[in-house]
Amino acid sequence: MQKTHKMTNFKRPSGRTLTEMRKMYAKVGVVPNADGSAMFAFGDTVAIAAVYGPRQLHPQHMQDPGTGILRVNYDLLSFSVYERKKPGPSRRSQEISKVTEWALSPVLDLKEFPNTVIDVQVYILQADAGTRTAGINAASLALAHAGVPMKDLVCSISVGKLDKNLVVDLDKATDFPIAKIASTNEYTLLQLDGKIQPGVVKEILGLADKACEEIYEVQKKALKEAIEQ
Amino acid sequence: MSAMECSNMTKETLDRMFTEGKRFDGRGLLDYRPIEISFDVSNKAEGSARVKIGKTEVIVGVKMVVGEPYPDSPDKGNLTVSGDLLPMASPRFESGPPKFNAIELPRLVDRAIRHSGILDLKELVITSGEKVWIVIIDIYPINDDGNIIDAATIGATAALRKTMIPVLDEKGGIDYHKKSKTPLSIAKDIFPMIITFFKLGDSVLLDPTREEQEACEARIAWGISKWEGQHMINSCQKGEELAFTRSDVESMMDLIPKKFDEVSEKLKKFF
Repeated sequence: MQKTHKMTNFKRPSGRTLTEMRKMYAKVGVVPNADGSAMFAFGDTVAIAAVYGPRQLHPQHMQDPGTGILRVNYDLLSFSVYERKKPGPSRRSQEISKVTEWALSPVLDLKEFPNTVIDVQVYILQADAGTRTAGINAASLALAHAGVPMKDLVCSISVGKLDKNLVVDLDKATDFPIAKIASTNEYTLLQLDGKIQPGVVKEILGLADKACEEIYEVQKKALKEAIEQ
Repeated sequence: MSAMECSNMTKETLDRMFTEGKRFDGRGLLDYRPIEISFDVSNKAEGSARVKIGKTEVIVGVKMVVGEPYPDSPDKGNLTVSGDLLPMASPRFESGPPKFNAIELPRLVDRAIRHSGILDLKELVITSGEKVWIVIIDIYPINDDGNIIDAATIGATAALRKTMIPVLDEKGGIDYHKKSKTPLSIAKDIFPMIITFFKLGDSVLLDPTREEQEACEARIAWGISKWEGQHMINSCQKGEELAFTRSDVESMMDLIPKKFDEVSEKLKKFF
């Protein structure tokens, strides 16, 4: 495969270049009742996340005396898509909840909060591709906003294939969502579906790294704004 | 709560052994246990297979039903993968509504099979826009001694290769009394598999036993196929609570083609 993403002049149907992301927007404190909250948008995809906890975990038999646990619930709101989504968890949303949990837990150390749970609720208000990555970015911000001890923020982006080019932040749904711990080389979410030669994976990670740097800046800015207010 | 549970002592011992490149059963960290495939688990299924990897055993059956195409793909049949983690297979599995692992397993197998190109859904049309074949792959682990995902995917591929399309009667229903002579059309040169890497501390290993798997802190399942000499990654999902580093992923990319070829070579004798 040729490393065609170097054709930086190439424009996508949306007018963006191959590595250009949709306009990002982040804001924390969108749910006053929550211990921490945030919204994160990639273009027309809008996610909000709220954090409750650490709080005592019920049912009691699920408590872990060695550590607190993270519990994520992700879902699309029924009006976030063209064909109304039936409310309630689907297999897809349960899987995304779990991979979001796995994407975030490596940056948390909850040993100081035994028997507790941190509940993270992620809802998509408007879906236009990249909902799980927007959700992870929002959730990571919400956890930081809640003051939960974290090693770093988690940034998430999808890389995908458009014709034969690798592109960042796709407009369509076929993509490879990736999350990483911001200032490290550690990946906490990797989902690739389609046909990718093993040699291309390195390139995909490289593109994700660059995009995550931009996301990290947007996230940090949102947190700073909350403090300055 | 984590699906992987074992005592801290076992975990520490295994971590130490893996660091030295050792395993209780004498295998190298990247060695598979012996794999065996047999067929015809049920003569009522359109195709079925039983896969054993060491003491892990999974049975997979394919049923085909006539149904309507999805409105957005009138000229394609459907593929569905489902299954359950039966309580008989492990003291860890419980009856009742499916837990996350039971939901995830068929989804992982689905993506690995679907994107490999082994099955051309366009060939499953009976009447365009009205009637199509729905291929349903059902996965049931019978004994879980680790690495169920890899075993299930081999089983799904094996069962698909033996699937016969049922005979239709004049009214368009299935006539189960007539023996089918039409095999399901699949790409015989594509054999999708999942290779799952597991991580404990800094060690990465393949094909864990249940005890090893429960000690591990993360896993990443790669759906792989090969077509005209080119290896393809068709799916990937990272699971559990530890991150994988860039160098972990890069060394997996080097290993995957070798491991895929090695395992496929061993499976050839069963077909």
